[in-house]
Amino acid sequence: MFYREAGQYKSTYAADMAVFPLRQDRIGIAVILAIAFIGIPMIGNDFFIATVMIPFLVFSLAAIGLNILTGYTGLISLGTAAFMGVGAYACYKLTTFFPGVNIIVLILISGLFSAAIGVLFGLPSLRIKGFYLAVATLAAQFFLQWAFVRVPWLFNYNASGAIEVPLRSLFGIPITGASASAETRYFVCLGLVVVLTWFASNLVHGRLGRSWMAVRDMDIAAELMGIKLLNAKLLAFAVSSFYAGVAGAMMIFLWYGGGEAADVFNIRLSFNILFMVIIGGLGSLIGSFFGAAFIASLPTILKFGLPALGVPLSGAAAEHVTFMLVGALIIIFLIVEPHGLARLWQITKQKLRTWPFPY
Amino acid sequence: MSEVATRPAPNLLSNGWIKTGLILIGVVLAAIVGAQLDSSGTLHKVLIDPFQQMVSAPDLLVQTVWEGLVSGVLYALIALGFVLIFKASGVFNFAQGIMVVFAALTLVGLHEKGVPAFLAVILTLGVMFLLALTIERVVLRPLVNQPDIILFMATFGITYFLIGFGEAVFGGNPKQMITSELYLPKGAIDAKILGGFVSFQKIDIAAAIIASIMIAALAVFFQYTRIGRALRAVADSHKAALSVGISLNQIWVIVWFTAGIVALITGIMWGARSDVSFALEIVALKALPVLILGGFTSIPGAIVGGLIIGIGEKLGEFYWGPLIGGGIESWLAYFIALGFLLFRPQGLFGDKIIERI
Repeated sequence: MFYREAGQYKSTYAADMAVFPLRQDRIGIAVILAIAFIGIPMIGNDFFIATVMIPFLVFSLAAIGLNILTGYTGLISLGTAAFMGVGAYACYKLTTFFPGVNIIVLILISGLFSAAIGVLFGLPSLRIKGFYLAVATLAAQFFLQWAFVRVPWLFNYNASGAIEVPLRSLFGIPITGASASAETRYFVCLGLVVVLTWFASNLVHGRLGRSWMAVRDMDIAAELMGIKLLNAKLLAFAVSSFYAGVAGAMMIFLWYGGGEAADVFNIRLSFNILFMVIIGGLGSLIGSFFGAAFIASLPTILKFGLPALGVPLSGAAAEHVTFMLVGALIIIFLIVEPHGLARLWQITKQKLRTWPFPY
Repeated sequence: MSEVATRPAPNLLSNGWIKTGLILIGVVLAAIVGAQLDSSGTLHKVLIDPFQQMVSAPDLLVQTVWEGLVSGVLYALIALGFVLIFKASGVFNFAQGIMVVFAALTLVGLHEKGVPAFLAVILTLGVMFLLALTIERVVLRPLVNQPDIILFMATFGITYFLIGFGEAVFGGNPKQMITSELYLPKGAIDAKILGGFVSFQKIDIAAAIIASIMIAALAVFFQYTRIGRALRAVADSHKAALSVGISLNQIWVIVWFTAGIVALITGIMWGARSDVSFALEIVALKALPVLILGGFTSIPGAIVGGLIIGIGEKLGEFYWGPLIGGGIESWLAYFIALGFLLFRPQGLFGDKIIERI
C-alpha cells in the first residue's frame, strides 16, 4: 500500500540487470545519499560525526570487503584486520615516498598493496576450505601483526612505533592531519565509501560476482561449468583485501589520525568485522552497512544508553555488562534471524508493499 | 575423487610425493653445499648454525624440546575440548579457550571465598555442568540445523558473554592458581643430561602425566561405555543416531560437560604454570593450528598435533627466532600447520574429505 512496483516494464536486458531496476529503489537511494551528504553534516555536531559516522563508514567498507570474500565467495577469513593494517602501513610508506601525490589517490593505491598480500595469503584457499581455511587465515593475522611491530622500516624507524599522519590537503582544505575538521574527513570517507560501494555492487552483479556465487554454492560444480577456481578465489581475495586495505588506510588517516597502529589491527577487530558481516547478512551489500552500524554503535549505545535508562554503571562494571550484553545480543540475534539484518530489511519492504492485505 | 579406482603400475617418478621429495633433497643438498662455502652467510646462519648449536649444546636442545613438549600437551588439551564438541555436534567451538579461563577462575574464586580446595573442584564441575546445560538449552537447541558458520558465530557470543560474566563475578585481576592446596608438586628437578643440567619443573611432569591419564580415561569412556558408544554414533551421523533412539540433546549436554571437565583440568595446569587471567584466552588461540594440523575430528590428531606444534615452535623460536628479530612464536605455529595442510588438506588424522556433486 505504501508503494507498488507494478507497471515498471523493462525493454532491454541492460535495464533489467541494472543495479536499481525499480524507481522506488532509485528514490530511496537518492534520499539516503541526500541525508548522508547534506542532512548529517547539517544536523550532526563534530562529536557525533567523528565518533559515530566516520567509524561507521570505515567499518562498512571493511565489512563490504569481507562480505565479498565470505558472503559472496564462501571463503571464511579471520585475517581482515591484518589486511586493513597492510593498507594503513602501505599508505604511510606511500605518503613518505610521494609527499606530493594527493592523499586520496594514495589511500586507494594502498589498497592494491593489501590486495597483493591478500592474494598471497589466499593461496591456501585453493587446497583447503571451510574452517580449515578460517584458521589458515589466522596465519596472516598473526604474521602481519608481528611484522607491524618487528619491521621498523614500516613505521619509518621512529621510536614509538606509531604512524604519524602528515597534513595533506585537497583544494587548500586540510583533509588529514591534526588540523583537518571532522566534517571534511567525513566527506572524504563518505565519497570513498559511496564510490567503492557502487563499484562493488557492479562487481557482484556482473560476471565475476556470478562466478563467485557459483564457487560459494559448490566449488566443484562451478569448476565443471568452466569457472576457473584459481582465478575466482584469488580475485575474491584480492578484491576483498583491497577493500579492507582502503578501509584500514581510512581508519588510521581519517579516523584515528595516527597512533599505535599495530595494536589497532588485532584479532578482535577481525572478529568484529566478521560479526558485522554475519549479523548484517551474508552476501548482501546493504547488510554490510546494517551490520557495521549495529556492531560499531552497540558499545556506544550501551555506554550512554544504559545510564539514561536508569541503570547506574561505573567504568569497569559497564565494560563487563557491555561484554555480556554484546554476547547475549549476538546469540539472540542469531536465533531470531540467522540470515541477518538484510533479511529483516527485505521482510520489512515486503510488509510495506502488501500492507493492509498481506495475501 | 574415487580412491578405489585401480592404479596403473607405479612409475616412481610420476608419483608427486617422490618427485617433491627428490626435489626437496636436491634443494637442501645444494643449499648446504652453498652454505658451507660461505661460513658467515645467511644460508649458513639458517641451515648450518642452528644445527651446530644443537650438537654442541645437547642439554639446551633437550631443555627446549622438553618445554615444547609441555606447552604442546597444554595446546593438545585445549584442542581436545574442541575436537570433542566438533565430533559430537559439528560446532566449531570457539569458546573452548574462554571455558578454560572460566573454569580456572571459578575454581580459584570459590577457594578465595573460603571453600576447601577439593570441594571447590567439585563445585566447579557443577558450574561447568550448568554451563553445558545452559548452552544446550539456550544456544544449541534453537539453532539446530543452521549453517555451521552461524553456530560458529554463536560460540563467539558465548565467548563474549563468558568474558563479561567472569570479569563481573571474579574481577579481571590475574589470580594465583591454588597448586599446593590441590597437592600439585612445586619446584624443579635438575637432571644431569648430556654434560649439562636440564631443569624439569615438577608441575610440568605432573601436567604431562595427568593429561595422559585423562586422555586414556576418555578413550576408555568412548570405547567401553554406553554413553561413549552413543557419542561415537552421534559423531558418525546425527540422523542415524536419532533414528536408533539416541537423544541428541542429552548427548550435547554430556559432550559440552566433558569439554568443560577438560577445560577445568587444562585451566588448573595452565594456571599453575603462570597465573589465571584472561590473557590465557589469546594463548588458547594456539590450539587452532593444532586443530588444523591434527584434523578437526581426531583425538589422536589433537595430541600429536599439539606435540608437533609445541616442539616445533619452541625449537623455531630458540634457534631461528633471533635471526629475524624474535617473537616468531606468535605465528610460527600457523605456518607449520599450513605447511602440513598443503599436503594433507584434512589434517594429519582427519577424515578424508570426499565431495560429490
